[in-house]
Amino acid sequence: MHLRLPLVVDIAGAKVVAALSRLAGAGGGTTVPGKLLCKLDPGAIDRLAAALPAGAAVVSATNGKTTTTAIAAEILRGRARLAHNRAGSNLLSGVASTLLTSRGAELGLFEVDEAALPEVVRRVRPRAISLGNLFRDQLDRYGELELVADRWRRAVAALPAATRIVVNADDPQVGDLAHGRETASTFGLDDPRLARSGLQHAADSKYCVRCGTPYDYAAAYVGHLGDYRCPACGHARPKLDVAARAIELDGLDRVVFDFVTADGSRRVDLGLPGLYNVYNALAAGTLAQALGASLDEIAAGLGRFTAAFGRFERIPVGSKGLLLLLIKNPAGANEVVRTLVEGGAPRLAVVALNDGIADGRDVSWIWDVDFEPLFEGLERLVVSGDRATELALRAKYAGFDTQAIEVVPDLARAVDRGLELTPEGGELVVLPTYTAMLGLQRLVTQRGLVRPYWERAA
Amino acid sequence: MTTIRVAHLYPDYLNIYADRGNMAVLRRRAEWRGHELEITGLGMADSIVAGAHDLFYIGGGQDREQLLVAADLSSKAEPLIAAVEEGCALLAVCGGYQLLGRRYRGFHGEEMPGVGLLPLETVAGEGRLIGNVLLECEVEPGLRRTLAGFENHAGRTLLDPRARPLGRVVCGYGNDGESGWEGCRLKGAVGTYLHGPLLPRNPWLADWLLARALAHRSGGEPTALEPLLDELEAGAHAVSAGRAQAGGGAAAVRRWPRRARPAGS
Repeated sequence: MHLRLPLVVDIAGAKVVAALSRLAGAGGGTTVPGKLLCKLDPGAIDRLAAALPAGAAVVSATNGKTTTTAIAAEILRGRARLAHNRAGSNLLSGVASTLLTSRGAELGLFEVDEAALPEVVRRVRPRAISLGNLFRDQLDRYGELELVADRWRRAVAALPAATRIVVNADDPQVGDLAHGRETASTFGLDDPRLARSGLQHAADSKYCVRCGTPYDYAAAYVGHLGDYRCPACGHARPKLDVAARAIELDGLDRVVFDFVTADGSRRVDLGLPGLYNVYNALAAGTLAQALGASLDEIAAGLGRFTAAFGRFERIPVGSKGLLLLLIKNPAGANEVVRTLVEGGAPRLAVVALNDGIADGRDVSWIWDVDFEPLFEGLERLVVSGDRATELALRAKYAGFDTQAIEVVPDLARAVDRGLELTPEGGELVVLPTYTAMLGLQRLVTQRGLVRPYWERAA
Repeated sequence: MTTIRVAHLYPDYLNIYADRGNMAVLRRRAEWRGHELEITGLGMADSIVAGAHDLFYIGGGQDREQLLVAADLSSKAEPLIAAVEEGCALLAVCGGYQLLGRRYRGFHGEEMPGVGLLPLETVAGEGRLIGNVLLECEVEPGLRRTLAGFENHAGRTLLDPRARPLGRVVCGYGNDGESGWEGCRLKGAVGTYLHGPLLPRNPWLADWLLARALAHRSGGEPTALEPLLDELEAGAHAVSAGRAQAGGGAAAVRRWPRRARPAGS
């Protein structure tokens, strides 16, 4: 039985719980009040969302949803006070917590887990929704990719005609969601110079969504994202409403490109590396446009942006530094490896693999990552996390010299060992999975190197 | 030096659970003994030539990919069965394992023809069987060894009474979550739900398959391969086995809401 309490009572109670959760050392306490609210009054989320004067927008994707949402926030923050789940709590409870703790917010901006999308959309009733990509990820948790795609199709079909839909045209399954919707906006890359020579090993949606024939790719950019056409039935990438052209990758620091729309184009200098972040910038910019932002606001916001929590973070440690890059599935990790290697291949790296629920309990995905270009440049590899030995095997069977692999399951010791091997003034590359990244954040916070994320998020 | 000829069936379609990890293990462990692996991908239009291969590999896929390959694979039944009959080694994982039986009925009722190599049938059921698994096997009489892996399948596989399972489930679900058996073995052919991938943390099975393939190539009886230093492999096996023992599959049954059932491999 659920009580319908006056909203103000729920909110006060839930906020107290968040504070207690932090005091108890349970981390940011970012979902606890939302969970409590969901229990006390399941209809409260709908009412809180409906009370936002400028409505809400929702962002989902396998890869890049945190970064995309953070970029959109940077663009939109001058237009409206935002309720934004910045710390990455992206299930219904995380959205609820954000709504609770964002008093006076005008516009909701929420990243949402792929599997949670249908319910969040049903409850929050967003004005606009941005859908970025679908890659194989945590098969033990989500089931098969087709299942997630099918849930998205049904969620989109149930949206009112007025809801603005922003889709990545370069992903066949996602681009197809725009089919037949007049208010949809599509985005994608238009720079065949940067295409890969062929589809990567882990490419997922490479068969025509209509007839099952393998697509022909005029250009494949990231995984199965690209300019595709079915040789049998002609199903092809939809026309791009927003495109990135003349892209210049500049190592680990930035990428510069033309953000091209029907209203004109702007040269954008984005302070993030890699093609995958161009996709994130396009998703955020196109969403902001759907919410009424001008081209100048979009370009300025993109230019101001710096990395989202843990995705790409540089942390000074005395005379040395840490460079953290999150890895969580083959498509995302491939882009991290590609970006690292193109920015000057490191000679030492710490890779940390955990198998918590948030990482995926099934660690087989590391065998689908193209780690080889990274291994080729390494003189030493420190593997860490609960499944460190699995990573050691991944490297061993790639032909990496086992004498140059150090297995250090404890994260703190692995980082210390890595720093010990890093020359003065150098930077240690650390590639953690999600819970390992959280562990690293705790570690650097305990050592007083950075402020905790819930404070930064405030 | 012997060249072991490997046929990798449908590498573009059936590769969902890091099947290339299994291929890498076979390749390296052959190389470390001074042999060489020659891997040929066999796709839709390719036929299996009698005597051209020593080892076959079939990986896992989703229902969608299984539907795309099932008819083609079953048209290759005759040469595939003949190859196993005359001593070839074969490893089939998850979706590939299911298609080696007589039939597979997918989650939405799709009937797929099987190869009929292994004496079993598979029907997708409610709820996926997901989690870490530990098996005890006696592939060579008197020698009990364990296999540690991860399973994720909707299919319930029922072995015929005369069929020989790959192993006994110590922790996890196995073929159907009830019988206590996992996988199926027939001569040098092994079918299993275990991925992870399977071979890196279970190198003894890789060596067993390689020994059979080498014997097929050279025309003799399988002989034990020169041992390798498998410390990292043993470490990974121990962690994986520990995961299965600490709760493994049994705690992790997934009941999906009626309207959102997963397609199952």
